[in-house]
Amino acid sequence: MAKVRFTSHLVRHRPLPAAEATGATVAEVLAAVFAGDDLLRGYVLDDQGRVRKHVNVYLDGALIADRLRLSDPVTPGSEIYILQALSGG
Amino acid sequence: MATLWVGSRKGLFRFDEGPAGWQVAGPPAFLAAPVTQVLDDPRDGTLYIALAHGHFGCKLHRSLDRGATWEELKPPAFAPSEAPDAPTVEMLWCLAAGGRDQPGVIYAGTLPGALFRSEDRGETWVINQPLWDRPERARWFGAGYDHEGIHSILVDPRDSRHLVLGVSIGGVWITRDGGATWDLGGRGFEADYVPEGQETDLVQQDPHLMVMSPSDPDRVWCQHHCGIYVSDDGGWSFRESKDVKPSSFGFAVAVHPRDPDRAWFAPARKDEYRIPVDGRLVMTETRDAGRSFHIHDAGLPEGPAWDLIYRHALVVDATGDRLAMGSTTGSLWLSGDGGARWDHVSAHLPPIAALAFAP
Repeated sequence: MAKVRFTSHLVRHRPLPAAEATGATVAEVLAAVFAGDDLLRGYVLDDQGRVRKHVNVYLDGALIADRLRLSDPVTPGSEIYILQALSGG
Repeated sequence: MATLWVGSRKGLFRFDEGPAGWQVAGPPAFLAAPVTQVLDDPRDGTLYIALAHGHFGCKLHRSLDRGATWEELKPPAFAPSEAPDAPTVEMLWCLAAGGRDQPGVIYAGTLPGALFRSEDRGETWVINQPLWDRPERARWFGAGYDHEGIHSILVDPRDSRHLVLGVSIGGVWITRDGGATWDLGGRGFEADYVPEGQETDLVQQDPHLMVMSPSDPDRVWCQHHCGIYVSDDGGWSFRESKDVKPSSFGFAVAVHPRDPDRAWFAPARKDEYRIPVDGRLVMTETRDAGRSFHIHDAGLPEGPAWDLIYRHALVVDATGDRLAMGSTTGSLWLSGDGGARWDHVSAHLPPIAALAFAP
């Protein structure tokens, strides 16, 4: 199970989901996390499933490499951290 | 009691008109969220608010109890695509109610320039594919934003299948069959920002805002990037109002609910300036279909002012007497006499993007 943490700024807009999910990539983990809350998905990803321009996704402490398809591989102990970037506010 | 919704850079404010004049009614909704559009549906009293969060994208919220509580709806979105430049909705620029005979039908105009339609009061949305597929769309381009957008959606009160759209920059688009087919209007427009010989190209026109007269829907007013235009045939063709003082540049236009010849404008120094002409904020009014204009300044700032009135921030109510005007520097003015005199209701709001009177 990968752990997923969200910026506290998102709590103002949506209830945050369970913080653990399984998946081989960031995309798969987030798809599991967003299941049941399409609206939350739309805060992090755009219409095409890309990371929104002013959102940052960290995987084990580093920004993910693939913001378009979120194909970065995830291990069972991974931690994904979703933050708003400092730009774009 | 009259009510005005103020969509600002930092949330949605409500102002009510009471014995002591216009007063803000409590704290804002959606504090700190940029509001891009407000629709107070005259058919059923539903409120719709479009937001453009800086980080988290554009959102749509609905209230069924006049703003006491809100529910978030899934906003219009483009279908997933493998194309590397596949679009995503960047802004809900325009919300419009469908016809009286179409309860629950809502339209949204977006950046990039697409028209979406909901038949269930905003719960689900479908893109208008015939317009999106028009080959001319490849020649639309952004003006002030990265992409072109649809900011004006006019629904003919005589025939709900007749829509007129304004696209910046992409011209005037008209359907008579509910959106199955589209044609270009806007003959008579002249663009001065294109290469020589293309000034009258219908696709490259920049209508900043268009409004349709409720009492004579063939009368369409347009504040164009290059001037003030009026149409007597529902937007197919326009004539220009020449020599309008202090300027025919601006973004906003409002039309009187019962007098199609009467319209208001918020002039500015064009184009690379976008400030009041000579630092004097005024508004202009025509009562003779654009042949002559009065300048109104009573109650507006006497000294230097740098307020710009955005396209959705000059509105008139159903009486035709109440006008509201909001500025990029957070000032709000109200008039109760058709613009002859203005009250400065607030100087300290966030930048104002959109106003709407409760119907």
